[in-house]
Parts: sequence; structure tokens; C-alpha cells
Amino acid sequence: MPRGTSSRRPVSAAGPRRSKRFVERERRELRRELLITPYPELGLVAFEGPNDPEPGLRIEKGRVVFIDGRGEDEFDALDHFIARYGLDVDVVAEAAGLDDRQLAHGLVDVDVPRDELVRLSRGLTPARLARVIASLDPVEMMFALKKLRARRAPANQAHVTNLKENPALLAADAAEAAARGFAEIETTVGVSRYAPLNAMAVLVGSQTGRSGVLTQCAIEEHRSLQLAIQGMTTYAETLSVYGTEPVFVDGDDTPWSKAFLASAYASRGIKVRFTSGGGSEALMGHAQGCSMLYLEARCLSLVRAAGSQGVQNGSISCVALVMSVPGGSREILAENVLAAWLDLEVASGNDAIASHSPTRRAAKLMGQFLPGTDFVTSGWSVMPRYDNMFGGGNYDSDDLDEWLTMQRDWQVDGGIEPLTEEQVVDVRERGARAIQAVFAAFGFPAIADEEVEAATYGLDSRDLPDRDRAADVAAADRVLAEGISGLDVARELDRHGFSEVAEAILGMQRQRVSGDYLQTSAIIDATGAVSAAANDPNLYSGPGTGYRLEGERWEQLQRLPHELDARALEGPDAADQAVVAETEVAGIADRADDVVIAVGPAFADHLRTTIGGLAHRDVLQALLEGIREAGGRPRLVRVRHSSDVAFIGHHGAGLSGSGVAIGVQSKGTTVIHRADLQPLDNLELFGMAPSLTLDSYRAIGRNASGYALGRSVGPVPTVMDNFARAKLIVRTTLLHAQETAAIVPGAPAVELELA
Amino acid sequence: MAFDPTTDYPLGTQRPDLIRTPGGLSLEELTLDALRAGRLGPEEMRATAETLGLQSQVAEAAGRDQLGANLARAAELTAVPDDLVLEIYTALRPHRSTGAELDAWAERLELEFAAPLTAAFVREAGAVYAARDLLSSSSERSRTPTV
Repeated sequence: MPRGTSSRRPVSAAGPRRSKRFVERERRELRRELLITPYPELGLVAFEGPNDPEPGLRIEKGRVVFIDGRGEDEFDALDHFIARYGLDVDVVAEAAGLDDRQLAHGLVDVDVPRDELVRLSRGLTPARLARVIASLDPVEMMFALKKLRARRAPANQAHVTNLKENPALLAADAAEAAARGFAEIETTVGVSRYAPLNAMAVLVGSQTGRSGVLTQCAIEEHRSLQLAIQGMTTYAETLSVYGTEPVFVDGDDTPWSKAFLASAYASRGIKVRFTSGGGSEALMGHAQGCSMLYLEARCLSLVRAAGSQGVQNGSISCVALVMSVPGGSREILAENVLAAWLDLEVASGNDAIASHSPTRRAAKLMGQFLPGTDFVTSGWSVMPRYDNMFGGGNYDSDDLDEWLTMQRDWQVDGGIEPLTEEQVVDVRERGARAIQAVFAAFGFPAIADEEVEAATYGLDSRDLPDRDRAADVAAADRVLAEGISGLDVARELDRHGFSEVAEAILGMQRQRVSGDYLQTSAIIDATGAVSAAANDPNLYSGPGTGYRLEGERWEQLQRLPHELDARALEGPDAADQAVVAETEVAGIADRADDVVIAVGPAFADHLRTTIGGLAHRDVLQALLEGIREAGGRPRLVRVRHSSDVAFIGHHGAGLSGSGVAIGVQSKGTTVIHRADLQPLDNLELFGMAPSLTLDSYRAIGRNASGYALGRSVGPVPTVMDNFARAKLIVRTTLLHAQETAAIVPGAPAVELELA
Repeated sequence: MAFDPTTDYPLGTQRPDLIRTPGGLSLEELTLDALRAGRLGPEEMRATAETLGLQSQVAEAAGRDQLGANLARAAELTAVPDDLVLEIYTALRPHRSTGAELDAWAERLELEFAAPLTAAFVREAGAVYAARDLLSSSSERSRTPTV
């Protein structure tokens, strides 16, 4: 029951009378999710929780002894960790000397460099960081994010999974993801024992599509590290942290165990990114009455303190919970800004389903999409949602054209490149063939040609045959037991005719040796060049600086395969046979039953059909018949000095003996006009040319006769199509341009006869 | 040429002369031909302690002290076998170890693997765990219902 129910509404046994508009809105997708009032005690509040401490920081003898309302003896494990590693005591005094307003202004001031802001962030406690960020409005946050991103250019991360864990389909999807420009690809498993095969399929597929793509398999840490050690993956972002100690411990970790794990990954040459995000503490029941933003600020201080190069944040899997409270989207954006401010690489969520409503999803996305983050999504589902095992996917393959169009609309790089169907089919097949060869080489259960074909052309895993899952799992176990490595995969690919893929996989192994991708925000391009904050920093300092989508990259992203060549669209209608012949300059008739049909300069000449696809000859016939049926005497005239339907009609009316004329443009737009009216006035206007039929034109003819003969006339019924404009405005413009091009300035109207 | 952490990144392209595999191969020796000839093994395809040490310097030179410290610990851990790394990780998880056990790991890291940074880190964890009731000897108590 909505609040504010009026006592004046009539009440029946079924309840108060309902407004049909409210009922209609309740059926919308958006209304499947709950919006709630804040419940701060449970942490269901975006900003300013009742237990958010006052910012505070005290240092004694170079040692942090007080953070945000707690002295050393009250520190929990997170405080201890942040006190030891997360604060730069040299900066503390300077940062304390600045008030919130000064810091907030700096975040949006193009003249305050990123380096300076990052330096100051090292002297700020979680509560202070949260309070400063919370003082920014959404557009300020977006601007700050654009400025604070660590790497110069944004990028994107893909998700690749399928419900059948079919290796050919995994490889095909990974190959497509790589070819589309994703810098990282994440997979996971339904059955954890599959992990080695899934990681292998994604490795092989990705390096088929584009060398240099980083890959990971999200599974339990032991297994994840094992696969990384064997060279099947190159990064990990499963290191989750939480903003309160009880949740941290429920997650079976401490700040020390997580930081140790990060070093362990790095020691094996694996890029590591932590994961955090608002709402997780509330979901796990220990938010301790703190706001989502404050707890995330604690997480991020801890992530930086642990020495992680980056973080996946922006609520992630709890996104729908954060968005149930007021300010949810703003809080999520605040998290991303905070991470960037702390100099962390940011993979900014937008991976889990944020809302049932596509409008709301896109609105939330803009916070990260327009400023650009290191990874605009931390998982863009390359396959249909059906096969997404990360809980659906906020954006999936069905949304691809929308994403590409948004990039084109805003001239913004969202990290996904358009490809033709031919290119996609080709790369998918190559990816599937490569993993087929690897499976054969290792004696794993064969991948049949029909699987390769279905992986290449199919929609999702339902198009693929079932595999012997027990046999696949046994093969997966062999990968671990025999220590089959990325190098072994490269060797077999090379032996079986896939030397390029082998070279790419070897290239990734070589990257592990140099360890360059361990640095902040590192990604690798197709030539093997590493681009990171250290060598390719974001130096945005105002308009015209930093990363801009322009030049070749802009050409590439704007060229969608289904984009039409505007010039080809306007190609002349086949002018095979003449429809009309011009006879003489049109004069003013004196017969009272004279009804002029005034057509535009290109009508039935250079142009031959209306925008609704009606032949001009048929349109003329219908108008002539209609006029005659109702007793008028039609006369055909071409107006040559104007392409505007009002002026065509009005000029025709000036020539008409009855004073009534029908004006028709080549695109089919029609008006019934009378000489004594102002040009932009009319008797009837038919602007919806696409929905006019020959019957409509006949009825227009009859009505014109009716007006000419002084009869009472009811308007011609027309159909409204509210999307006609969106659908046809381009063609309308092109047709009108041709009509306008046919104008002969100052030329008198001429009489026509049907040829 | 001396290493300059402010300009020598990425090492793979700027300073390949400084990079070697654990077995002493240079980056340009890591080719398909070498793979075909059986000269490459998976144990070769990882960063050495020296390389991670250089990466640690790169991070610190860019003002990323914590990332630098992480990479310095990583450099130490290259000497620790895979299964031991996983054992230490497990030992650091909450309620897994007694203070003495963590101290023993720290000592082993220090003496057996010349990993003083990581050893100090583990020791420090033990002290905080004791203060926060995260050691195993107290785990039974903490799991006892209090209401």
C-alpha cells in the first residue's frame, strides 16, 4: 500500500479505488526491486551512519595512536593495520591543516595535480576521506574520478563463463572478448574441479583473439594460486576485504593474511587486485551501525596499506542493496573516487545486476562510464546472461550494440570495440579450434567439430552438445596432478599448427618473468607493451589534456558495422520511366471546382516514392480519384521554388480556382490548404507521412473536394506512431535535402500530366 | 648502466639487460625455438627475487611505498616453496595458529629463507591476533555462546 493514501478515495471490498496510472507503473520492471528507508543501525545507510566516528588522528613519537574515535588500546585489527601501514606520518600534519572544503575543492580543481592529491590522501583517515568525498555532488565526483584515474586511458574487463563449462565455448567467448579489446578476462566455475580446464580454455581463447590480455579464474584462493603458479592465469582479484573486523573474520581472513596472500601472488608473478564494496558488511550482519561509505573508506585504506596495486570496488555483488537506500548510486560512485584518490587501480563494478530497469542500470553506469575508470566494468558479460555464472551480468552480449552506441553518442571510450559478424565468427572459430587441438594433444576428452561449430555460431551453451562431465573433471584433475603448465599448452599449440597462439601464450609467460604488470593499473597491448600508471599516467589538467577519444581510436569506435553510409542512403530512386510530364507554366484557374494538387520540386521526378514506400504515381492516382469521387476537378501542378510543404500547398491554393489545394512533398507529407489562410496555417496537415496509405491519400482528395465545394468535412483519420520520428528522421532529412536541392529559385509552378 | 627506477620502467622493454629467469635466461632467449628445443621449463617462467626487488624500487620511486613493501615481501617469498607459501597463508587466517606457531613461522622465514620483512610481518600479526582474540588457543572461547 503506497503511503499517503487519501481518505477521500472510494473504498470497495477490494480496497481503495486504484489509479490506473499507478497500477500501470507498478507493473514496470523497476518495481520488482525494493526501495527502503534507511535503517542505519543495520548499516543500511549510504552516508553518515550513526556510528561513523568523527575523523581524528593522533601521532606520538612517529606512531599512530589514535584513529577516528579510537585509541590504540581500542584498535581492532583493521585499525592496527591501517595505523601501521596506511598512513604517512610525514603528511599527517599538512593534511590536518587543510579543512574539508579545501580538500574537496582540490579534487575538482584542474590546477591541483593528481600527484598532490594522492600525496595528501596518505595523511587522511578513513572517516576523513569519507567525509570529504561525501561533500561532492555527483557531477563533481565524476570530474574528480576523471582526474584521479591512475592510468591515462580507460579499459574494460570481460566475464566469460557458461553453464555447461564447455571448453570450446569458453575459448570462443574469450577469443571474441580479446578481439573486442577487453584488457582482462575473468572466468569462474560452477563445479570447482573444472577450474584448470576453464582457466586453460580462457587462456587459449584470449591469446587467440589478441595477445596480451590478462586472464583470471575466480575460485578459492589455494586453487587460484595453484593455477597461477602453473601459468594458467595472470591475475587475481578475489582478495575480498571488509570494513569491520567481524565480517573480515567471517570471511576467514585478517588484514595480515590478505596482505600476505597478495605478496604470495606477486612472488609468482601474478597481478593482484583486492575486492571491496559498500553493502557487504550490512549483508553479512556486522555493519556496526556505520554507513556504507565509511566502511568502504576503511576497506580502501586497508587495501592501500596492504600494498595492493588496485581494487575492484563500487559495491560489486551488493550493488542492488546499496541502490535500495537513498543516495545509493552516489555512494557507489563515491567509493570509486575514493579508491582512485588513494592511487589504486579501480575496476569499477557495473558487473552484477544493479536493477531490473535498463534505464536505472544505464543511469548508474554513467557515473563510471563518462569519467572513465581503469576498468569501466569489472566484468562485462561477453555471452548472454543465461550463461553468466557471476550472477547474471549487468551488461551482456544482448546489450553490446547499446554499449557501442553509447560510446559513439558520447565520444567516450568504454573499452569495447565494434567488430563485424565475419570478424567475430572467424575469431570465435579460431579460439575453439585452438582449444580443440590442446585437448587432443593432452588426451583430454575430445572436443568434437560440432562443438566448435556451435561455439562459433551458437547463441549460448544450450546450442552445444552435452559433454561427459566426469571425464572432463578427470582431465582437469590431471592438469593439477601432472603440473601441466602454460608453457606445455604453448608447446602443444605450436606442435599442432597454432604457432601464433603459442607465441602469444609464451609472451604472457615472458611477462611473468619481467613482472611489469605488477605495477599499478598495468595492462598489456597486442605488441606486449605494458601500459601502467608508472609509464602512462593520467595527467589530466583541464580541457584538451589527458585521455581523449579522438583520432584513429575514435574512428574505430564510431564505425559500427550496422552504420549506414548516408550518401548511399539517398541514392536516386530508379528513374526508369517518367511518371509525369511538365506541360506549361501553371496559371490561375477560374472554375470553382478546380482543386490543385501541388507537388514538390523532386516529386515523381528525381524522387519516386514516399518515405512510407508508396510510389508517387500511385499517390497521385489516389489523390486524383479522391478529388473526382467527391465532385472536384483535379489539376496537377509542380511547385518549383519551395520544398516546404506549407508553401507548396499555399502556392497551389493561390493557383486553384476553388482556392483549395493539396500540397505534397516527395517524402509524402501532405497538407490541405486554402488561399486565404496564412502559409503556415492549413485546413488539414498530415505530418505522419510513413503511416499514410493510398486510402489516406484518396480520403485527402475527397476532403479537398469537400472544402472546395463548401461541404461540411470531417478530418481524415490518421494513425499516430510516436516512434516514427526516431525511426525515420534520418531518411526524412535525406529525402528533404534532395527535395530542397531540386528547387529552382524564382521558377514559376508548372502544370503536370501523368505520363 | 645503473638502474633508475623513475625511468627504467617497464623493465621488459627499458632494461631487459637486468632481467633473468631463475635459471639465468634472458628475456630474448624465451622463444618458441627455445621451447621446441626443450630449453624452457615452467620453473623458468617466473620473476626472480632480484626482478621483484627492482619492481619494488619502481613502486617506491613513484611514491607507492606500500606497493613497494608488498613487492619486497614478494621478492622474499620467491625462495619459499609453493606448498609452504600456502601453509603460511593458512596459518595467518583467523583462529588457525597459536602465538608460538606464528613465531615459529617467522623464525623459519628469517633463518631458512632469509625473509626478514615477511618474518616481521608474521610476528606482528601474532601480536595483533593476541590482542584481538584471533589466535587459535582462544578460538574455542570465542566460539562459545556468550548469551
